[in-house]
Amino acid sequence: MSDSTRSLREREGLIFERSSRGRVGYQLPALEVPAADPAATLPKELLRGEVDGLPEVSEVDVVRHFTRLSKWNYSVDEGLYPLGSCTMKYNPRINEEVVRLAGIAHLHPLQAEDQVQGALAVMWELERALIAVTGMARVTLQPAAGAHGELAGMLMIRKALLDRGEKRRTVLIPDSAHGTNPASAVFAGFETVEIASTPEGTLDLATMARHLDGGDVAALMVTVPNTLGVFEPEIVKAAAMLHEKGAFLYMDGANLNAFVGVALPGKMGADALHINLHKTFSTPHGGGGPGAGPVAVSEALVPYLPVPTVEQANGRYTLSSDRPKTIGKVRGFYGNFAMLVRALAYIRSLGRDGLKSMAEGAVLNANYIRARLESEFHLQYTGPSLHEVVFDDSLQVAAGVRNVDIAKRLLDYGFHPPTMSFPLIVHGALMIEPTESEGIDELDAFVDAMKAIAREAREEPDLVKGAPYTTPVQRLDEVRAARQPVLRWRRTGD
Amino acid sequence: MHRYQAGEDDRRRMLEAIGCASVNDLFVSIPAEVRCGALDLPAGRSEEEVRREFWAYAVANSAPECFASFLGAGVYRHVTPAVADSLLQRGEFFTAYTPYQPEVSQGTLQAIFEFQTFVCQLTELDAANASLYDGATAVVEAVLMASRVHPKRRRVVVAGALHPDWRAVLATYCEPMGVAITDAGWGRDGRVDPAALARALGDDVCAVVVQSPNFLGVAEDLPALGAAISACGALGVHAVAEATALGVLAPGGRFGFDVVCGEMQAFGIPAAFGGPLLGFFAARQAHLRQMPGRLVGETADAGGRRGYVLTLSTREQHIRRAKATSNICTNHGLLALAATIVLSLLGRKGVREVALASHAKAEYLKSGIRGQGSGARARLAFPESPTYDEFLVLHDEPDALLAKLKKEGILGGVSTAGFGAPWPRGFLVAATERNTREECDRLLDALRRLA
Amino acid sequence: MAQPNDRFYTKTHEWVQVTGAEAAVGITQYAQEQLGDVVFVELPAPGRKVEKASPLGNIESVKAVSEVFAPVSGEVVAANGELEGHPELINQDPYGKGWLVRLKVAPGAADGLMVAAAYEKFLAEEGAH
Repeated sequence: MSDSTRSLREREGLIFERSSRGRVGYQLPALEVPAADPAATLPKELLRGEVDGLPEVSEVDVVRHFTRLSKWNYSVDEGLYPLGSCTMKYNPRINEEVVRLAGIAHLHPLQAEDQVQGALAVMWELERALIAVTGMARVTLQPAAGAHGELAGMLMIRKALLDRGEKRRTVLIPDSAHGTNPASAVFAGFETVEIASTPEGTLDLATMARHLDGGDVAALMVTVPNTLGVFEPEIVKAAAMLHEKGAFLYMDGANLNAFVGVALPGKMGADALHINLHKTFSTPHGGGGPGAGPVAVSEALVPYLPVPTVEQANGRYTLSSDRPKTIGKVRGFYGNFAMLVRALAYIRSLGRDGLKSMAEGAVLNANYIRARLESEFHLQYTGPSLHEVVFDDSLQVAAGVRNVDIAKRLLDYGFHPPTMSFPLIVHGALMIEPTESEGIDELDAFVDAMKAIAREAREEPDLVKGAPYTTPVQRLDEVRAARQPVLRWRRTGD
Repeated sequence: MHRYQAGEDDRRRMLEAIGCASVNDLFVSIPAEVRCGALDLPAGRSEEEVRREFWAYAVANSAPECFASFLGAGVYRHVTPAVADSLLQRGEFFTAYTPYQPEVSQGTLQAIFEFQTFVCQLTELDAANASLYDGATAVVEAVLMASRVHPKRRRVVVAGALHPDWRAVLATYCEPMGVAITDAGWGRDGRVDPAALARALGDDVCAVVVQSPNFLGVAEDLPALGAAISACGALGVHAVAEATALGVLAPGGRFGFDVVCGEMQAFGIPAAFGGPLLGFFAARQAHLRQMPGRLVGETADAGGRRGYVLTLSTREQHIRRAKATSNICTNHGLLALAATIVLSLLGRKGVREVALASHAKAEYLKSGIRGQGSGARARLAFPESPTYDEFLVLHDEPDALLAKLKKEGILGGVSTAGFGAPWPRGFLVAATERNTREECDRLLDALRRLA
Repeated sequence: MAQPNDRFYTKTHEWVQVTGAEAAVGITQYAQEQLGDVVFVELPAPGRKVEKASPLGNIESVKAVSEVFAPVSGEVVAANGELEGHPELINQDPYGKGWLVRLKVAPGAADGLMVAAAYEKFLAEEGAH
């Protein structure tokens, strides 16, 4: 970052601090009707005056403020974001254009069905496309994010079991799983049992079998490929074992980018699989969402899908709630429609061949990075990597340099760090997922930076430990933020 | 090769460096039994072809911009300044990730801190999170939080007219968590029936949810309800579906409610056929460590500069796992930024002016409908009750009437017929500062002729 | 580091110091090092009865939460109120000002727990430094 940016940083505070009495940032259309005096139309004990503390700024203030804020952010548009399990691929602009079309952007969800046939067509087409990609029976487009999809999937499994007259309480989850898996299972009313991975980092079928014999297992939640980027070699067998004992297979689809067009979760025996549209299907991360987490299901779970679903008859689309065994609704209205539009546009842009080359490129890029960094960084699990590779800091820790330090030093080299400290089964993890968006030049630059840091860790560890130096702010005191939480601005004197 | 991916030569050089003959070699770990052939999808298309496909979808919809629109029922159409979308389209905002590396995410983090501040100001509560998915799930998170704060109390009371989708989602989430739901319905004035509420309350109630203005458009007696709820020892949850109402109506935070949460869509989020919208959540300081969702906190860097970080993360799923306060991970961050931008532009004067203008338009319509006489087929459901910018008009055949209105270029409201019992039969009319007098007069005239 | 001799230790890195009918409980130097900077502590209220080896409370750092297990059975007499405003006491003085709770205990409650030398040996075997 240049000095001129630093000086802007010194001056740019909070929007509330820009406030100046009398500034105005809007103009409403003329009222045209008689003004209503709330003291006359509403009970006085319900009234409030102007909201205290809201700023008074001009439109120019707002543009300056948020433009300056934006310059402090790293983003995919700027460079590689090798965050494992996040799939930070390029966010195409044609998607942004079509989602803003009149007739799409401002459509109200409660307009009569004959007024929204285009919207229902989008949902229908996306569901068909995701069925093609997964090989499963149907897809609910309701969930707003991956974790939300996990919850919906587990609720469907729960309902299916209750429908059979069974009350199984246990969900098995590998120790390599993302934290949303156990959290979602608990919110679906289950208890979770963590099962240790094998020395190769994969599913331990023998342990799973022992739990299954207990008769209380409702499901196994597994990520494929797993969070080490390694394909679960015995997934089909695991599915068979589960089904034989009346249990279900929930598949976390966060890593779907690794095998679209190459393999089908439907053939692996998945009963429910959530798909992160903001990962595999390019919808933008937005600094923390919105995303979308559609859930594909096997025939066994179709009766329990959330309602409404989009159905088609005689060339007309309808929203149908005719599903007596549905789990109900998991959010208001039908889904994160604007993200569904973007995902469908992406699927159309890539097509059947583009989707396959997407997975191929993702896997190739990850393996290229693995090949070039294997000599410098430790690889705990050495099975074949698909779209991501998990190194760790054990070669650097001898000099006191940990994965956090390596990550912060990468910021100085102009890259966002990989995912850190996940999965939990790799201590000091550095999970790298480049995605298929990157060309060899960007990957080489990243590899060169990582090698430089590895050398610095040997020769100048303190330099790495004190990083970053060139970012808009230096390392931030997270301990203070947690010990004395300040979660909002207050005017001095408040 | 596709324009969003690397090229042939990139691939060749990488394969060489790895020592692989072809990319297929990298998939050997995937067994044959799960492989697929070519996907059953069309071939990839150019931008022009994609554009055409989506234009066709767009024209098969009736864009509300082309009508005089009075649609509400949880999604509201307010003035959205042009500059908001142009700022949101900056790649630094919308292609950024969750701000886990705060040193390169200060833009996102500071904007969220500002959003949290706006929410605290609007709700008069101590702490707000970085967003939830929508109003329905915000109410759910409030109830589940209450069930953690009072683990021995296993019942929630829904007092009055709660949005039917929100009520449905609450049922979906409460059932597996073993929380029972009691409904205390509304009285003849469209407000929570105090006797029904008194009967429903008890020392097994962990939370009481009151939407205000409620789904029927009526403003609830929050002071009295807040007192009754506190007396029972439950957490009071003030649910908000039309956030601009907070420009003229005081929030539950002022009346002893523990949580004010709901839908912030009205502050500049496009309707987008119902999603993504913007859930917000604010609570008292005492509940801070039980709150769901991400929190941004202020701190300093190694050089003493003020900065912002995600904080109190031990509540969340990536650390607390099975014992997390919520399973939420990705939330609706970009839309929180959108609301922050819009609230900044409106500011102190604008938030009030939007509320007063919307209220005035609705009052104008109400007096016009009242003026059509008590014998009219379309009449106010709760003529004496206070409303903000939305009200229920009773009618025996709302769908047929709305279809006739549409032919005249008017989207007259949202029919309650589709929601079933116990909703009175008619349609909800919402008016905002965007509806012109001419549109209002056309609606009144059309009702006179067609109802 | 040599562990104080005036108390007993558990395999889950808690210490307990018995004086008459009461016992003070805390976490060891090793435990606080592993946790990093403590930001928040959740402790039981006076009157709560705890069973040996069952969860007593939680200690949070920025990136982790650790359960604290009761080294002995007993009834909570007091929780260290200083920790609410100063959780860093656990890092600074884990055997002194960083105490967590005091329990009312029966005689012989600490029987079977490790003495300092045994705990040190346990740490060495665990690969701790």
